[in-house]
Amino acid sequence: MTAIDIPPPLSDPRARALRADRIAHGVSLGAALVVLLVLIGVTLSLAAGAWPAFRDLGPGFLTAKVWNPVTDRYGAFTAIYGTVITSVLAMLIAVPMGLGIALFLTELCPRPLRRPIGIAIELLAGIPSIIYGIWGLFVLAPLMQHTVQPLLIATLGNIPGIGALFAGPPYGIGLLTAALILAMMVLPFVASLTRDIFLTTPPMLREAAYGMGMTTWEVTRHITLPKSATALVGGMMLALGRALGETMAVTFVIGNAHRMPASLLQPGTTISAAIANEFNEASAGAYSSALIALGFVLFVLTFLVLAAAQLMLRRLARRNGR
Amino acid sequence: MLSPSPRLRRRKALNAVMMLLATASAALGLIVLALILGDLCWQGLSALNAHVLSQDTPGPMSEGGLRNAIVGSFLLSGLAVLIGTPIGLFAGTYLSEYGRYSKLAQVLRFLNDILLSVPSIIVGLFVYQVLVRPVGHFSGLAGAVALAILVVPTVVRTTENMLRLVPDQLREAALAMGAPRWHMIRRVIWKAALSGIVTGVLLAIARISGETAPLLFTALSNSFFSLDMTRPMASLPITIYQFALSPYENWQALAWAGAFLITLTVLAISVLARAVTAKGDRA
Repeated sequence: MTAIDIPPPLSDPRARALRADRIAHGVSLGAALVVLLVLIGVTLSLAAGAWPAFRDLGPGFLTAKVWNPVTDRYGAFTAIYGTVITSVLAMLIAVPMGLGIALFLTELCPRPLRRPIGIAIELLAGIPSIIYGIWGLFVLAPLMQHTVQPLLIATLGNIPGIGALFAGPPYGIGLLTAALILAMMVLPFVASLTRDIFLTTPPMLREAAYGMGMTTWEVTRHITLPKSATALVGGMMLALGRALGETMAVTFVIGNAHRMPASLLQPGTTISAAIANEFNEASAGAYSSALIALGFVLFVLTFLVLAAAQLMLRRLARRNGR
Repeated sequence: MLSPSPRLRRRKALNAVMMLLATASAALGLIVLALILGDLCWQGLSALNAHVLSQDTPGPMSEGGLRNAIVGSFLLSGLAVLIGTPIGLFAGTYLSEYGRYSKLAQVLRFLNDILLSVPSIIVGLFVYQVLVRPVGHFSGLAGAVALAILVVPTVVRTTENMLRLVPDQLREAALAMGAPRWHMIRRVIWKAALSGIVTGVLLAIARISGETAPLLFTALSNSFFSLDMTRPMASLPITIYQFALSPYENWQALAWAGAFLITLTVLAISVLARAVTAKGDRA
């Protein structure tokens, strides 16, 4: 009846703009949902590919130690073992060193050098893993074989108990070399993350502590570390998530043997290295399904670690009132 | 003068030891990382010559270069950025503008941060299952899609962060003048955050230009020069992987040359990304 009920003609610029706005809203929502769809797609496609292996081998797939394409018997345990051992060892090396570097950059380093060194470390964190891999293969592995491992065998290898960890001939490649390369790779990441977290400690608190006569170490130990503990654990888990799934740096130097060596100097394998090495050669059927099942295990493992890491980092962000 | 108490002396000694350890770990870490870069430059530069850019990958023990791999890497990364950037840009815009406070945006933010760190070999397996197995053969297209899946979360993350830095007063001013939201986003918000968005895309390029694992089961490789995205395609990282593990010296030298080129590219793009941000901050 009234003029209000008449829809504006399509050429009306305002109606056109509002329609464009609705379309833009829909398009951006759709784009955001791509993230969700990719994760659902990864889960479903890997689960579907892994299903034959899980169906035929049952839960024993996770605990069996055999990996024999000739007899079609597959177990994930050796690969899971190698993945966990190398990642944990790498974190044991990289975390204390990363904390040290962060402490150095926030408290000790001469001020004019802080920014350049910080930037250099951030740039190093972006170097692709294949670079670390090729360096590990051509430089680190020979060094380990000719110098480091004979030394370890001659010294630590003779100690009862832990000696078994350093037994056997020096191959150069193996679990320890892989762990070292992984540690070098995550070190810049850990260091720059830790530095950023340290810098979020309120300066007033630290200055007050210094004012009371605390030493730099005491301020770090009693103020900075407790204040940033949640974020640090979150950050370290983020780094662990990366180490667990790292492929190229490890594949070059792990030795790719489906064994569970008692000694860290012997070749082993990880989930990602096994997939990278064998997937293209694997015959369709049980073999490739077992490899996809390995991938599914890795996906679940890293998803859990990364989710826990995100939850912790979010708690810190909320506390800081972001 | 009072002599310091034993307790104070102990505290100072502990402090000195800890600071020494921190400095030593910083020195050791930086030296090792410098060694890696040094070896890379040394080996890479001595293997670098004009043939590397002008000839295709050779057979064992014969002359050749990396031309097909370099061109393949450009094509794969370029297509991946073309696919991934619009998705990432719009998704980041949704998280920052249309859906900022919604429950859905919270969940998507969380999932995006996870996707950011999902092992890239898993992405390769996924694309193999979806785009290679049904088609029956490897293809450059599948490789580009796998790389695009790595581009998206990086661009989403930086775009959202950068858009959120734009002050709300700008949004309110634009809306108060009667601008529809889409107009406000395009003409005000994106414009204000342009340098940050470009930085995000550059960081994504830096990330994918060295990625190897996602290409193993998707683009595979190709010993010949090819521009056909529906066929297997050579790339620099895969060529490095194959050549480094070969017993042939000329292949190993080419692997070093390729590794040097990739590192140089990644570092140059990262530095460029920083320069763009710095310039945006000044403007």
